[in-house]
Amino acid sequence: MLQFVFRRLLQAIPILLAVAGLIFLLFSVIPGNFASTQISDGRAVMDAEAVERMNRQFGLDQPLATRFATYVGKLATLDLGTSFRTRQPVWHLIGERLWPTMQLAFASMMFAILIGVPLGFLAALRPGGIVDTVSMVTAVSGLSLPKFWLGLMLMYLFALQLGWLPSFGYGDGALRNLILPSIALGVAPLALLARTTRAAVLEIMNADFVRTARAKGMSERRVVQWHLARNALVIVLTTVGLQFGSVIGQAVVIEKLFAWPGLGSLLVDSVSLRDIPVVQGCILVIVLFFLVVNMLVDVLAAIIDPRIRYS
Amino acid sequence: MSGEALLQVENLRLDLVVGSRRFGAVKDVSFSIGRGETFGLVGESGCGKSITALALIGLLRRPLAFGGGRILFKGREIQDLPGSEMRKLRGNAISMIFQEPMTALNPLSPVGRQIAEMFVLHKGATWHEAERKAVEALADVRVPAPDRRVKDYPHQLSGGMRQRVMIAIALACRPDLLLADEPTTALDVTVQAEILELIRDLSAAQGTAVLMISHDLGLIANMCARVGVMYAGRLVEERAAQEVFRAPSHPYTGGLVASLPLLGARASHGRSRLKEISGVVPAVTAFPEGCRFNPRCQARTDICIAEDPEETALPRGGRVRCHHHA
Amino acid sequence: MKLRANLVIGGALFATVVVAGALAPFLAHTDPVMDANLMNAEVAPGSEFWFGTDAQGRDIYSRVLYGARISLTVGIVSQLINTVIGVCLGLSAAYWGGWWDDFVNGLTNLMLAIPSLIFALAIMAILTPGLTSLLIALGLTNWSYTCRLSRASALSLKSQGYVQAAKVLGYGDIRIMLTQILPNILGPIIVIGTLGMGGAVLAEASLSFLGLGIRPPFPSWGSMLSDARDQITTAPWISIFPGLAIFMTVLGLNLLGDGLRDILDPQSRARTA
Repeated sequence: MLQFVFRRLLQAIPILLAVAGLIFLLFSVIPGNFASTQISDGRAVMDAEAVERMNRQFGLDQPLATRFATYVGKLATLDLGTSFRTRQPVWHLIGERLWPTMQLAFASMMFAILIGVPLGFLAALRPGGIVDTVSMVTAVSGLSLPKFWLGLMLMYLFALQLGWLPSFGYGDGALRNLILPSIALGVAPLALLARTTRAAVLEIMNADFVRTARAKGMSERRVVQWHLARNALVIVLTTVGLQFGSVIGQAVVIEKLFAWPGLGSLLVDSVSLRDIPVVQGCILVIVLFFLVVNMLVDVLAAIIDPRIRYS
Repeated sequence: MSGEALLQVENLRLDLVVGSRRFGAVKDVSFSIGRGETFGLVGESGCGKSITALALIGLLRRPLAFGGGRILFKGREIQDLPGSEMRKLRGNAISMIFQEPMTALNPLSPVGRQIAEMFVLHKGATWHEAERKAVEALADVRVPAPDRRVKDYPHQLSGGMRQRVMIAIALACRPDLLLADEPTTALDVTVQAEILELIRDLSAAQGTAVLMISHDLGLIANMCARVGVMYAGRLVEERAAQEVFRAPSHPYTGGLVASLPLLGARASHGRSRLKEISGVVPAVTAFPEGCRFNPRCQARTDICIAEDPEETALPRGGRVRCHHHA
Repeated sequence: MKLRANLVIGGALFATVVVAGALAPFLAHTDPVMDANLMNAEVAPGSEFWFGTDAQGRDIYSRVLYGARISLTVGIVSQLINTVIGVCLGLSAAYWGGWWDDFVNGLTNLMLAIPSLIFALAIMAILTPGLTSLLIALGLTNWSYTCRLSRASALSLKSQGYVQAAKVLGYGDIRIMLTQILPNILGPIIVIGTLGMGGAVLAEASLSFLGLGIRPPFPSWGSMLSDARDQITTAPWISIFPGLAIFMTVLGLNLLGDGLRDILDPQSRARTA
């Protein structure tokens, strides 16, 4: 088991490096650089000397290969660089925003799991029945809803009309503030989880080993609990891990809508302001978060399923 | 028939339900198995052998459904037993092994635990006792180093080993009847013989009756004293195994025997090539009128198309369902 | 039949959007950009303005119609780019193998590790906001599923008799890929493409909502919603109709995709999307 965890950790490193390389390259091909875009955007007026001074300060006058080497070297010491705009270390900016984003991601995922999985399960018990039809129609609708619009509608109804919940803001992490954004963010993974669970249960229900379990004289309840649920759980778990990716991706929009002080709104603001070191840092941290969650999910799946452990 | 009847199947009918229509996938099938006897059911794929076995332990799933007839086990009707009663028989008094050893075991449990489950379910054993008995059960099916193998997961075992585990599960509670549905079809030829020997030895030692299902007439002839031949959901011939070989009575049985490669027999009989039965088994939804074998039968006459033949007793014992039986 | 319902409803929804976009100049009451009239600001839906008007007094009904053009263009074109990239990479990786296969595999894993909306956002960061940039950003970031699928199917088809036969006949690699392998995997690719189109429509709306896609005053549904946020208390209809339009379009595409999957790719069930 430890060996499996170790192997999984080793696999993550090249991906993380490749992501670092990719976003580094991406932001190196920008015509001009930060200083000159500041001028062309007319947000700030700098003379040529100021541009040069800034480029030197951020090492932007060095050749590309040198800059990449420096960049990776700094990454290895967990130095994500300095913000162009606030001149603060990027780590500092990200550190403040990390917790709210994790709260939001986990809360919406919990919401999705707690409703989506039982819904899919119930649907699979009677395929073609009323529960199945209703939940699958709900699921496909949930997948098609634009999250920020759903958020806006929830905000309008529950905050502005009914006044039950705050319409936006972090509120120092109060649960009240977390509810609307997590629902808006959780509906899509909920829908997908319902569909995946249904498909997994249906598939396993017809598996040979479930027939064996019945032939052993096991009660239907025990067949479902012991043989079916555990096998379906592996598939559901993997989906949960993968969905984390799209949840933190979509969190960008939801955070912006609800003025949630997370990584996503930091990323969007930094993109608008072309604060490249912060953009790079945010993306790296988001990818790292995604990889770590998936690693945990894989370890969990491997605990349940020996085939993953030994493969 | 040896001994008193352990299992008696009378006029069994199983339906394939498509919408509101019911097609008789198995019709008017009757046979009996004595205590400790090994009875063979033979026929091509799609003849209804497997679903007959599933019906015996109440494991028919949609779109198949019980259509009529009686199943008597130790003189007691079991076709309408409530689920909880049936579960006490299933795996305990009647157990079953399946064709596909690769997928028939739960991939997430050690095999020892899957055997132990039987003792917990039916014998009221604690898990601790049951795990110990599982080691013995594995030793009984001649798995080497059983104390270590019990901790293995199915994917770590070969197909032959997995089928041994399935047999250990099926025989764990010393059932009166074992339903073996093509137990060796998915295995290598060398392993097949070992598994068959294992089934034969263990059932003899435990006094377990066996319903052996196969499309392989040679295998059936080796294992069974009596044979039932199924075609398109009907039992077309039922007789002692040697008789079936020596003088098959139904044209379908004749075809099966003629298509059998006999070692060393070719030269003496002057047979130049193996015979085959032309055509295929019709789908359940398209069984022909009259005798169901008539489209493929070389002895067909008008009556075969017009009338469904009744079962006829044969003078030397056994039954056949044919207008022109030999 | 459920299968028919998926296809019929999905097809009808999608067709409605296509017709609305195509006939926008005839169906619209006003010009979506120019006809701002502050005298008519925030008029509620009624007989004159079916969907009401926005803060600048523009007719929302007309803007929603024109918005269909942007959404459909982005959805169709970006998904076409994705499909071409995915199929080319997947087929060639399977067919040529070796270091190229390793490279494509690595690239696919890399793409799967970055949430696609984040990646698109990063690309938008280095481009000037607008339609072309959006097509590039969304066209380059969602090909990994198509690639994986083409690679896997091509690998299993590669060893089959008829492909081997074509090789013996002296057909070139590219010809074999296009004439022998591609037609056999077209079904699943169309399914992924249809579902991906829905994803692209959502992504465009999200980016425009964030001010990083189509910029106002052009009537993208996402940017309309971005404007509408401030008037949500006084004029909720400004938010409702563009959102419904997005929902309808994506729902149509998702239902269509599911329906097509039942027909074209019956053995695969919804595992990933």
